[in-house]
Amino acid sequence: MIDISALTNSAGYLLEGVLVTLLLVALSLFIGFVCGIVLTMGQVYGPKVIKKLVGVYVWFFRGLPNIVLLFLFYFALFPFMGLDVPAFFVAVTVLGMRSAAYQSQIFRGAIESIASGQMLAARSLGMTKWQAIRSIILPQTLRLSLPGWSNEYPVLLTDSSVAYVIGVAELLTRTAQVISRTGEPMLLYMSCAIMFILLNYGGMMLIQFIEKKTHIPGLGPEGGEA
Amino acid sequence: MDIVQYIIDQIPFWTDILLPALVDGLWVTLQLVALTAPFGFLLGFLIAVCRVYGPKPLQALAKLYVIFFRGCPLLVLLFLLYFGLPSIGIVLGSYLSALFGFILCNSAYNSEYLRGGLQSIKGGQMLAARSLGMTKIQAILHVVIPQAFRRALPGVSNEFIYLIKYSSLAYVVTVIEMTGAAKIIATKYFAYFEAFAAVGIFYLILVSFATIALGKLEKKLAIPGVSGSKQE
Repeated sequence: MIDISALTNSAGYLLEGVLVTLLLVALSLFIGFVCGIVLTMGQVYGPKVIKKLVGVYVWFFRGLPNIVLLFLFYFALFPFMGLDVPAFFVAVTVLGMRSAAYQSQIFRGAIESIASGQMLAARSLGMTKWQAIRSIILPQTLRLSLPGWSNEYPVLLTDSSVAYVIGVAELLTRTAQVISRTGEPMLLYMSCAIMFILLNYGGMMLIQFIEKKTHIPGLGPEGGEA
Repeated sequence: MDIVQYIIDQIPFWTDILLPALVDGLWVTLQLVALTAPFGFLLGFLIAVCRVYGPKPLQALAKLYVIFFRGCPLLVLLFLLYFGLPSIGIVLGSYLSALFGFILCNSAYNSEYLRGGLQSIKGGQMLAARSLGMTKIQAILHVVIPQAFRRALPGVSNEFIYLIKYSSLAYVVTVIEMTGAAKIIATKYFAYFEAFAAVGIFYLILVSFATIALGKLEKKLAIPGVSGSKQE
């Protein structure tokens, strides 16, 4: 009754979709990470104006649904600026900027959990503010934020499928394309779901491995050790 | 003066076309959220109880449920319900597909927060309640749940905010909620910028309002001095 060949014949095409999805997630995670750290620095150590601006940025990107952001950037903002950006890069930009908003809050929580005395101690040893941030605060912050940060991967992975609405040829889009050609929606969407689930939990296991690797024994946030 | 004239020319489009359409969509969005939230919470609670207090096979089943519905992107789930199920003879239609999809997804996430809440109540409390003569059910109802709910509340209310946002995905299975309404107007009148900016403002208001209201609720329900009542 169910025609497996619909899946096997298109396996290569769908696996390419998996690669596109993973690339989308990896690039967004990276952009979110870099921009997230910059935002956090602005929010914690910047002047009042910057703090306010970062607050607005975070409020904006956390308050809007993914799909609205994608439409806004793809159909309105980029064309309005006269830019013809391919759908894939629009998706990377939107997911990355959105992730930056979320990641900045994770980093901020971690920075705030590091005793402020450490900054004072570093400064009193003659370090500049930037040196103290780079060699004292950031290494701890990044380790402390790993547990919260590891949540970003599954969130981005599931959100990446929304790029379907602007036609990025990731896993879901390709699945839908194959279905419109061969039928078998149940089989193909189910395989797509299972693929996402495997990517989800596979990635999480990898992140947990990194967490263990980078963990410094005996060093934990005050009261934050679960 | 050109810009003033432009804005004046735009006013009828906003007041007669865009805003009425978005308000119509807003009702559908609110309906979806209002219907999903209670069922998602109840189902999530049921699953959390199964995972914490249920017999082994039920625990495993509940865990599988959570793994599937948390791991599967909501959009894929909606497609499964809307396009996949009819091929095995179950036709839900767009509105019910969206609603069921939201409930399944929402309940899976809520169950994790509630499970965390239930498990955070130390086992000694259960023993103490039992030794006072309470049955297991009584102990769960009167001792564990009131505390567990409060601890799970920040997570659950976060999930509610997410629900407002991901209700926009219903558009993809042709439910004309707010995002769908905006998309239709945008394409019909070639007013992408106006339509998506306007719908964005609607969502920002909705989400900000919900955030403030839930924060108030958390404060109201908190018991001063009880651990876990004051989350960071």
